[in-house]
Amino acid sequence: MTAYLTSFRAIVLREALRFIHQRERFIAALMRPLVWLLVFAAGFRAALGLSIIPPYQTYITYETYIVPGLCGMILLFNGMQSSLSLVYDREMGSMKLLLTSPLPRGWLLFCKLAGSTIISILQVYAFLAIAAAFGITMPGWGYVAVLPALLVAGLMLGALGLVLSSLIKQLENFAGVMNFVIFPMFFLSSALYPLWKMAESSKLLHDICAVNPFTHAVELIRFALYLQFNGAALGWTCLAALVFTGAALLGYDPARTRMGRKT
Amino acid sequence: MIRIAVTLALMAPAAFAGEIWVTNEKDDTISVISTETLEVIQTYETGERPRGIIFSRDYSRVYICASDSNAVQVMDPETGKILNDLPSGDDPEQFVLHPNDRHLYIANEDDAITTVVDTETRKVIAQIDVGVEPEGMAVSPDGKIAITTSETTNMAHWIDTETQKLFANTLVDSRPRHAEFVKGGTEMWVSAEIGGTITVFRTADQTELAKIEFAVQGVHPDRVQPVGFEFTAGDTHAFVALGPSNHVAVVNTETYEVEDYILVGRRVWHMAFNADRSLLFTTNGVSGDVTVIDVAAREAIKSIKVGRFPWGAAFRPTD
Repeated sequence: MTAYLTSFRAIVLREALRFIHQRERFIAALMRPLVWLLVFAAGFRAALGLSIIPPYQTYITYETYIVPGLCGMILLFNGMQSSLSLVYDREMGSMKLLLTSPLPRGWLLFCKLAGSTIISILQVYAFLAIAAAFGITMPGWGYVAVLPALLVAGLMLGALGLVLSSLIKQLENFAGVMNFVIFPMFFLSSALYPLWKMAESSKLLHDICAVNPFTHAVELIRFALYLQFNGAALGWTCLAALVFTGAALLGYDPARTRMGRKT
Repeated sequence: MIRIAVTLALMAPAAFAGEIWVTNEKDDTISVISTETLEVIQTYETGERPRGIIFSRDYSRVYICASDSNAVQVMDPETGKILNDLPSGDDPEQFVLHPNDRHLYIANEDDAITTVVDTETRKVIAQIDVGVEPEGMAVSPDGKIAITTSETTNMAHWIDTETQKLFANTLVDSRPRHAEFVKGGTEMWVSAEIGGTITVFRTADQTELAKIEFAVQGVHPDRVQPVGFEFTAGDTHAFVALGPSNHVAVVNTETYEVEDYILVGRRVWHMAFNADRSLLFTTNGVSGDVTVIDVAAREAIKSIKVGRFPWGAAFRPTD
């Protein structure tokens, strides 16, 4: 048991140290959602119509609407960033060192996942604090209630990053992840516009958004921030987390990797 | 939801239970909202195009301007039954009840007159010529002065309630919609919808004390149209409905500065406070709902669907 905890602590600390040493990464990770919040949202404030949809009880500004989506954006980009670092680790050889540990590979991957999720959550709270400083606030207890939602959403998106890292063999291929995974996932979701708004322009796009696990992660965060429980969003996010974790375990399965090398 | 429940638990003790009565202009109905549950608990039918609404001093009767029925209707608020109509003149839009609880001053929009009706004898006791399209009505707390604002003439007309004659006319900005006496009747405020201002007069000599202007971030100035307004306890702040800008402004009544803007529903028109003035209910015509504002936090906490084109609002205590 001690070995498990030691490995957990070591991997999480490594993630934390890597993050602390890359201050520009922290700033960059915050800049992205802040630009969306303070520039994009300000521009679109008047263009997008008002509506009352759960969990909101009254009319809200567009800035308020996109905050949960931008929390999701931080988790999404960090999940992908973590997959990028895994590809880098593989190229540098440090991954080999990690995976030769006698502990089960699943545990090692979970430690890695937990480490990157904790870092992501810290960034989300930093973002929420800056948003509050600009007057975009949530109910006080919402900041506490959102923690488990961020954890589930972060694990799901981190697991997706692990799946991708098992598929990407070279760092150069990461641009493809940006174009084919991050952007479609982000834009085809409820992060920037409510689904009913999407349905007005295209039923197909609405349906794609509705099955996108990122949509459910964002809605889970949104409801939690307003002290409401969204069972469907939680269920779909957990299911997606399980599927992605299973796929990641399969992707990092040693037997499969050896077979891959032989062919 | 929990937040709203906690807010209400803190702010609306049982001793202040009450209802907000909202006239729905297009549905010919009144929606009754509980100030405790913030839900519509009753809907009553009225005459055509109900707009202004006011309760008698003991809340045993509610007067409704049924504009297209050319009548002021008197309703029993316990049963929702129309008791009788009052002779209001044509197209009554807004009115005000004199502190004597007997005389109604009614603006007749199409006839450019203010009609004074005795609610007990149900007779017209005076008709006063005012400017074109009269709308806003107010009466001073001592009952000596009544005000009519005329939308097209752009004036506030000062009526001596003893003689039922005009004794002063003061120019305001374009399309004055609403008037109120404040600070014990020493000031009189008039909102101008198109002018986008509120003019503050000193009652004693009818001179202009201040002009309040509004600017909502991200909203074109043409859409910032002040209409109804209400004052907090102690008259320290005014909450001003800004029409199609979909915001309510919070104005400091000492400095006449706007301190805040609160997002509410579309085309916010009139409003009413609950008993202790901790909650403000705004009628939002285009979105067909009523937004509830937490006065202390200056924050909209809920919007409640009512009928089509809610217009006027009035409070009635229930305990």
